[in-house]
Amino acid sequence: MIKLHLNGQVREVDAPADMPLLWVLRDLLGMTGTKFGCGIAQCGACTVHIDGKSVRSCLLPVGSIGNRAVTTIEAVGETPAGAKVQRAWLDLEVVQCGYCQSGQIMSAAALLAATPHPDDADIDAAMAGNICRCGTYVRIRAAIKKAAGARQD
Amino acid sequence: MTIQTPSGSQEVLSRRSILRVGAAAGGGLLLGFYSPAADAAGAAPPSGAPFAPDAFIRIDRAGKITLVMPQVEMGQGVYTSLSMILAEELDAAFDAVAVEAAPPSDALYGNPVFGIQATGNSNSVRAFWKKLRLTGAAARAILIQAAASQWKVDAPSCTAANSEVIHAPTGRRIAYGALADAAAKLTPPANPQLKDPKNFKLIGKPLKRLDTPDKVNGKALYGIDALPPGVKYAAIAASPVFGGKVGHVDDTAAKTMPGVRQVVVLDDLVAVVGDHFWAAKQGLEALNIVWNDGPNVHVNSEQIRNDISAASEHEGAVAKSRGDAARALKEGDAIEAHFEMPFLSHAPMEPMNCTVHVRPDGCEIWVGTQVCARTQAIAAKVTGLPLDKVIVHNQLLGGGFGRRLDVDGTEKSVRIAQKVDGPIKVVWTREEDIQHDFYRPMYYDRITASLKDGRIDGWKHRVTGSSIMKRWFPLGFQHGVDIDGVDSAIDEPYDIPNMRVEFVQHEPPAVPTGFWRGVGPNNNVFAIESFIDELAHKAGKNPLDFRLEMLGKTPRLKAALELVAKKARWGDPLPPRVGRGIAAQVAFASFIATIAEVEVDEQGDVRVRRITSAVDTGIAVNPDTIVAQLQGGLIFGLTAALYGEITIANGRVQQSNFNDYRMLRIDQTPAIDVHLIKSGEAPGGIGETGTTAAPPAVRNAIYAATGIALRRMPIDREVLAGRKPA
Repeated sequence: MIKLHLNGQVREVDAPADMPLLWVLRDLLGMTGTKFGCGIAQCGACTVHIDGKSVRSCLLPVGSIGNRAVTTIEAVGETPAGAKVQRAWLDLEVVQCGYCQSGQIMSAAALLAATPHPDDADIDAAMAGNICRCGTYVRIRAAIKKAAGARQD
Repeated sequence: MTIQTPSGSQEVLSRRSILRVGAAAGGGLLLGFYSPAADAAGAAPPSGAPFAPDAFIRIDRAGKITLVMPQVEMGQGVYTSLSMILAEELDAAFDAVAVEAAPPSDALYGNPVFGIQATGNSNSVRAFWKKLRLTGAAARAILIQAAASQWKVDAPSCTAANSEVIHAPTGRRIAYGALADAAAKLTPPANPQLKDPKNFKLIGKPLKRLDTPDKVNGKALYGIDALPPGVKYAAIAASPVFGGKVGHVDDTAAKTMPGVRQVVVLDDLVAVVGDHFWAAKQGLEALNIVWNDGPNVHVNSEQIRNDISAASEHEGAVAKSRGDAARALKEGDAIEAHFEMPFLSHAPMEPMNCTVHVRPDGCEIWVGTQVCARTQAIAAKVTGLPLDKVIVHNQLLGGGFGRRLDVDGTEKSVRIAQKVDGPIKVVWTREEDIQHDFYRPMYYDRITASLKDGRIDGWKHRVTGSSIMKRWFPLGFQHGVDIDGVDSAIDEPYDIPNMRVEFVQHEPPAVPTGFWRGVGPNNNVFAIESFIDELAHKAGKNPLDFRLEMLGKTPRLKAALELVAKKARWGDPLPPRVGRGIAAQVAFASFIATIAEVEVDEQGDVRVRRITSAVDTGIAVNPDTIVAQLQGGLIFGLTAALYGEITIANGRVQQSNFNDYRMLRIDQTPAIDVHLIKSGEAPGGIGETGTTAAPPAVRNAIYAATGIALRRMPIDREVLAGRKPA
């Protein structure tokens, strides 16, 4: 059994140590908010936070996480940055099909937690690993700026 | 509002009796429905029946209003825009409506354009505009009638708003829910009074989308998220060579792996079933599969290009003829060019998947599909079950783009599920998804034109490519012409006195082709708008003026072009190696002019600095969604222009994942400005329009920046760097 510190709870899962966290979340724990997109850390749909930093869960062996805190889209709204990102996403109507947006929101929340007032280059660097096939990038950029502005309130 | 779990077909086909029982027991829901198409098809129940299955609107006694969505939500915002149309004429309180996906039924939920239940061709709002307005208005009329009867007043003295009927003279009001029983006994009017658009309260307002709140917190359920109890997972491998078959499978190693439960070997594919997808995928990788490659093992892109080029030299079926193109081309100073488009994969972010449970007496399916009834039908065909024993739970789509207009995924998954005890979720890896698609066809366009007095006098356009219609919708392929293949070519916007448009059907060997966002206009708008720029150059005219002078018959496009030229500062000086390019199009019944501003460096790298579009799409039901669709569609088109190409070698697709089938990313995305033009015309289509606009606008901007006239997509940096001839 592997012990996971997941969204503020301790969960035990019967998984091989080399099984990527993505499939542990989706197929063993039934937490389907984290998405499978490419399996090779090229698209960012599977992004989660490990100790607040964005990580692609499709290549992250569950046995390598140890005591570090895992946060997924299901709980990121409980963090200040995550809540502001979700609010901005809805205010600016970022989402289209929505499949990539769990990952986009996780990357954006990690960015804002580390860099409260990102400039365009910061946004490019933090978000270029997340593909959106619907092409919502213009609004993603605007929403991150809006969420960053809201932090000053 | 809520989005409910879609109903299965079984439930719906027998809903009348179920609900009558429910009503007798004191619950249930009671309003009759109105559907001219279903009436005509004989599918509607006798007039006045308490419930009909052709429902777009349900109102229960508690006043809950459910709008049933005939079209699927794949990001285009259709749940919201169709709900707005229904709620507008119904005078329903919009923030309280619930939305539910329609079950499979071509007869009840068929797209009025296709006659089958299909979401595509950017036509959801266009196709359902009148039908849903009439439906909403008819429901409002009987609710008002029911209230008027109860109050013993004239119906015309009553009004409706916010899900209530109001009698202003006496100040009385009553909620729709309280009227549902009585209204259900009335016969809806055949020609209900529609609102004057100037009285619209919802249509035209930028309303918040109904589907987005659950898409920012991980709660939204796509096909890949289905979790029926006891579900197992399957990873699959189909023959890498198109048309190949399974030869021999050694599964010794795979079967010993933890979590691997079963290996399913079919004629054309192998599936490994596991307790989770990781086990299934590991198991699949541990198989030793010998494929019989079959006859396509020598198919390659170069040969396919040579073949389509050769095919395009033959006369095609005439799709349109006006004046005397042959004479005009002979008399004038004619120039000719050809344009090429590559195969493309759809690559929706949600890879192909389908969850199926086959039992002896029925089949249950969870999938996101653009063709719900066809999904049901293919499962019935594979299993031999009657249609009503196949339940389809249509899910949200993690992108469609045409990929989910085909039901190959369901067909394969049902065949696998037949060998598995219990529900099985079949998931395509990204590699499998990209290598086993129905690809946007390769196209080869030849255009010849002549000029007279600085305008186009003769025009001959021959489109050569696969006919998707012939396979997918045979009515759309007649007398050798694929109506999609020549869409936006036969009805092009310019005043050209002599024109001829031909279609040459040419199927590539082995490579399956399918609809891809932008469909026929993608190819035609690119070829036409690229060539228009070359003709402007030959005429010695500014590409803007050249177009404006020939748009007499298309004033809506002319107005869009004038607006975009102003907004994009056409004519303002630019630095060296920066250019602006125009694309003007009438596609999907929308009038859109776009200007791209592009920089090309000495190494041939292209940076798109800005894109500006002006859009006349008629009445804009939800203006913010229209802007979003343009923004996204342009980016989809930019991906195609900058990177998009599927190539074939030894009968197999060479690309496999996002590392070699690239997508535009945020750091390459230009600023995009979209300007909506107010219009009272009927709504046009929007979902695919940006995709058709971006490639020619960028191509023409490159032409302006460098003088290099690209004739083929995607953009070839080697050509722009001067290392390769154009």
